Amino acid sequence: MDLRQPPPVRRLDPGATVTPRPARPPAPAADLAAGAGGSAANGSANGHGGASSFVTARRAVRPTVPAIDRMAIEDVSIAYGGKPAVRSVSLPIRQGEVLALIGPSGCGKTTLLRSLNRLTELTRTASLSGRITLDGLDITTLEPTALRRRVTMVFQQPNPFPMSVFDNVAYVLREQAKRRPRRPALRGAVEEALARAGLLDEVADSLDHPALRLSGGQQQRLCIARALAAQPDVLLLDEPCSALDPQSTKVIEDLVVKLREEVAVVIVTHNLQQAHRIADHVAFMYLGELVEYGSAAAVFGRPTQQRTRDYVGGAFG
Amino acid sequence: MSGALASPPAAPPPGDAPSPARRSAADSSASWRLTDRLGLAFAWFLGLLFCAITAAIVIFLALQGIRYLHPDLIWTNPQVGFNQSETGGFLAELIGTALVAGIAIAIAGPVGVGVAVWLSEYARPAGLARVVESSVEMLAGAPSVVLALFGILVFERKALGFLSETNGGVVFGKSFFAAGAMLSLVALPLVVTTVREGLQAIPNHVREASYAVGKTKRATIRRVLLPAARPSVITGHMLGIGHVIGDTAIIVLLLGDTQSLQGVGHIPLLGFLQGTGSTLTSYVFDNAPTGDLNQPNKAYAAAFMLLLLVLALNVMVDIFGRRSKELLWT
Repeated sequence: MDLRQPPPVRRLDPGATVTPRPARPPAPAADLAAGAGGSAANGSANGHGGASSFVTARRAVRPTVPAIDRMAIEDVSIAYGGKPAVRSVSLPIRQGEVLALIGPSGCGKTTLLRSLNRLTELTRTASLSGRITLDGLDITTLEPTALRRRVTMVFQQPNPFPMSVFDNVAYVLREQAKRRPRRPALRGAVEEALARAGLLDEVADSLDHPALRLSGGQQQRLCIARALAAQPDVLLLDEPCSALDPQSTKVIEDLVVKLREEVAVVIVTHNLQQAHRIADHVAFMYLGELVEYGSAAAVFGRPTQQRTRDYVGGAFG
Repeated sequence: MSGALASPPAAPPPGDAPSPARRSAADSSASWRLTDRLGLAFAWFLGLLFCAITAAIVIFLALQGIRYLHPDLIWTNPQVGFNQSETGGFLAELIGTALVAGIAIAIAGPVGVGVAVWLSEYARPAGLARVVESSVEMLAGAPSVVLALFGILVFERKALGFLSETNGGVVFGKSFFAAGAMLSLVALPLVVTTVREGLQAIPNHVREASYAVGKTKRATIRRVLLPAARPSVITGHMLGIGHVIGDTAIIVLLLGDTQSLQGVGHIPLLGFLQGTGSTLTSYVFDNAPTGDLNQPNKAYAAAFMLLLLVLALNVMVDIFGRRSKELLWT
């Protein structure tokens, strides 16, 4: 439960606007500055875009609203057929910030993410202990379908359904398998979801085209639009950019940073630079355990655990 | 073609300089061992032989068919006559073929899709799934004459008398209903197998993407999986129809094999379906030089017609098969 308290490094955050990140090697920093500078220019909600250095660029898109606790993972362990995948992990998930789960392959980060909307239950052998709450309510007391509308998910591979762009979003808005409401009634909501995912301008003329004809990056943003159409409280992203090119990746990263003020965002990524660019808090997992949790600045700049240092250092050092 | 038989050479022959030409030298069979070259030659021979056999059948039937297949054969019913110019055409057989195919696929289609969905998406308990799976396989392997024999026993029962003609309390047991119902068992395994393969080709994350926006399994199957598997559903139906219209044993034993449509009672369509008739296959069977009627010209014409129908179905299967490959997730 200690993890639900703001970690010590968080106190530094307000002042961090002008504090450079310590101990970042120069070469990747230059890359990051380029990427995040663009991110700020495009994604800034409060007009501080165009900043010149990485750190100020990142800070320019700091959320304007205070973070609110939405979900809490309390001492959760998950096993597949008796083989543990996640070992007593506790984490807060807040609206207004992006939480990145990082760690090597097979460390349980995707399993943990899938447990948040009970997708792990689809695996017959999976068993979960501990408690996950959404706005204080144990998620096991909610209907899975109701929970999954509040905690939606975007997957590693873009997976639009084999229907038109419009219907991909409308499918989420309609109740279960119903065909109603009809198109005109849904038009506004569909366009709003596409706009929130930054896709509307590109597909406004091709709403009737098959979604699988879009480019990979557009398909993934359509999947985000689909996930947003349910008006979720929490958005789960499972390595959403790993199948995409750098340009599409940047567009989606900008989008994620923008979305965090409206929904709590949890992103699984094995791309440390990406976590560095977009995450406010980072949880490093290793062999199913949560090794370190803290602000991005702390985990990447001053990791307290040797294992974190080894992992993060491998990427930045 | 050479994939299975032609293993790459163990080592390049001495003196083979590593140059841009090396790759093509390794690909060319000239550098292979003798046994490999013989194997390749045998593979080529077999491939060409099958092409030749198929071509021979099609060309023979086409030549005979074009000679004897006059449009008026398609528009006239069989008639009693003394020579081949007086015995009319095979309109009744064409209608019979369509009716039988329609009944069979109307049963096998929905049942087959349902079984395929259950096998692919539910399949619990696992033991029952295995039983269903092997039943479908057994049905696929069962000779249709065995199914026909079984059909005679079933449809002669009084309880099923409404499906065929009943005379003085004796159920005739031969009708379009009876033949169509048994033929649906011929089409069923094809529908099940094809649709199931189509469903299993859909990556799991697509299902999960639907669950992850709060959809139930039922809604996911109805709105995502079945539409995604639509090319397979269509292909399965086409293959099923192809087998149904090509079947002879069930038609001869269960459709009555009467030269014209023999309706029962006074209700227009239902009467025909309760009555007997024949299809192109039984028409060919009867008119073949070894058959009861021995009118080879008619047999060739009808066989050619049948071949055209099956070829058309195969072309459609190809088209839908190709379309299904366009729609793929990574």
